[in-house]
Amino acid sequence: MSIKEADRVLPVTTRESDPTREKRSVMQPSRTKRYEPIVFGTVSVILFLAVWQVVANARIWTILFFPGPWDVAQALVKLFQSDDIWLDIATSGQELAIGYGMGIVIGLVLGLLMGWYTRVQYALDPFVNFFYSTPRIVFIPLFIIWFGIDMPSKIAVIFLGALFPIIINTMAGVRNTDAALLRVAKSFGASDALTFRRVILPGSVPFILTGFRLGIGHALTGLVVAELIAARHGIGQVIAIAGQTFQSPKMLAGVVLIAGTGMLLTTILQRIENRFQAWRPQIR
Amino acid sequence: MYDRSAKLGAKGVVIEYWLQRSRSLFTAVKGVDLEVRPGELLAIVGPSGCGKTTFLNAVDGLIPIAGGSLTLDGREIRSPGRDRAMVFQQPGLLPWRTVLGNVIFGVEAQGTMTKREATERATQQIELVGLKGFEDAYPLELSGGMQQRVNLARALLTDPEMLLLDEPFAALDAQTRELMQLELLKIWSQTRKTALFITHDIKEAIYLADRVIVFTRRPGRVKNVVEIKLSRPRDLRVKRDPQFLTYEDEIWESIQEELAVPAERLIAGVPAA
Repeated sequence: MSIKEADRVLPVTTRESDPTREKRSVMQPSRTKRYEPIVFGTVSVILFLAVWQVVANARIWTILFFPGPWDVAQALVKLFQSDDIWLDIATSGQELAIGYGMGIVIGLVLGLLMGWYTRVQYALDPFVNFFYSTPRIVFIPLFIIWFGIDMPSKIAVIFLGALFPIIINTMAGVRNTDAALLRVAKSFGASDALTFRRVILPGSVPFILTGFRLGIGHALTGLVVAELIAARHGIGQVIAIAGQTFQSPKMLAGVVLIAGTGMLLTTILQRIENRFQAWRPQIR
Repeated sequence: MYDRSAKLGAKGVVIEYWLQRSRSLFTAVKGVDLEVRPGELLAIVGPSGCGKTTFLNAVDGLIPIAGGSLTLDGREIRSPGRDRAMVFQQPGLLPWRTVLGNVIFGVEAQGTMTKREATERATQQIELVGLKGFEDAYPLELSGGMQQRVNLARALLTDPEMLLLDEPFAALDAQTRELMQLELLKIWSQTRKTALFITHDIKEAIYLADRVIVFTRRPGRVKNVVEIKLSRPRDLRVKRDPQFLTYEDEIWESIQEELAVPAERLIAGVPAA
């Protein structure tokens, strides 16, 4: 179709005065758009669970081989009625809190130092690269020898898991500071401390929080794997025992607990991230 | 000897860069002699890459000079100081700070004012640059022209002896640029701060300045000085004044001699339409 023809079919003036065309302000997202993430997310999950339930109900396979969501839910309820579950949760929770907490603090400090002082980076880069490119769970046997099968060995694995993504992202955040901003700070005679506090640190926050978020995944992996291998208590241990005793629904219930924890922590961090991004104009 | 009455004195200023890639010394500026008189608005124009911005950075104290002397009120310039404030080509605003927070940043970095005093004065300054009502807006919500107003207000709030402006309107569209020139003159006439304005825009230089200095091509040095005897206050109509056009011709001639490819050849090279 030539351009001329197109003009004749859809003259610009007619389109603009088309009364059926929706008109609204760009600044105010429509109600439906605002709830889209929740609606679509929920519907897709419900759909998935429904299909899973239907397939499981067909009982082509045994419960051991293919438990349905309802079986898992029942196992979860039963799990919480048992006496040991609270000890398991407390154990895993403490391991996670201490290990991840240490990872945040030390990762943040090392990341900032490595980003700010090139020489620190040169000195520590080999170690960071070595550990980051190695799945940290391979150190579990050694940690068990060093710290025993109780909490300290789990904390060590969780700590190592969370540490490196946090270091690397924090460092990247500092390194990515806009050179123009640093020039402005220098031009106005800002001290290093002020430049760090007012320019570099706030600019790095999105990177740092991304590091925290990635760290959660690594921390949970470390927790579960360490408990699978050897532990007296803990959710990972629940999963391990359930798996070894062919209680598939119970095993999946444990998985749900772990995944739920991960999702909860990630959501909280996502919220914090959004709070720090208030200055970024919404694009939607 | 340099003139004692000068605000800024540059004598045989040489600026060199070490180029890592070619492992050689690159001379950006070689032997700049100029003076900025107190209360004067001096503009430097020159072919692109002539080292005018580099020279300004040296005046701000961001880069060292390899030779000559650079003095402000008779004192050698060694580092950035409270007596100078730069308005940058790129606004360089902290995106997570509001307009008010950004305007304060300069004095905050200098540590010269209490937070309360700074906020109070910044509010006045924001009004002066025409951003009243936008105190709580974030830079990304502002247009380029408005961002440059913040940039200007930040520098003005530090109340410097000398204002350094590095092509502050170069990235703006033609209309906004003219408007900003007009406003800059308005603000400048209220404070009469000594100012050094770098630009590649000849019209802009003539319109704003008391004197226009033309730099040679790299390594840059002063080629000639044009005294602009247009009466103030100037409005934008002055740009069509015959005297203005004479200045423009003179400066354009001067710059053109410095271009690597003469303008005639550029025009001759354009195929007939």
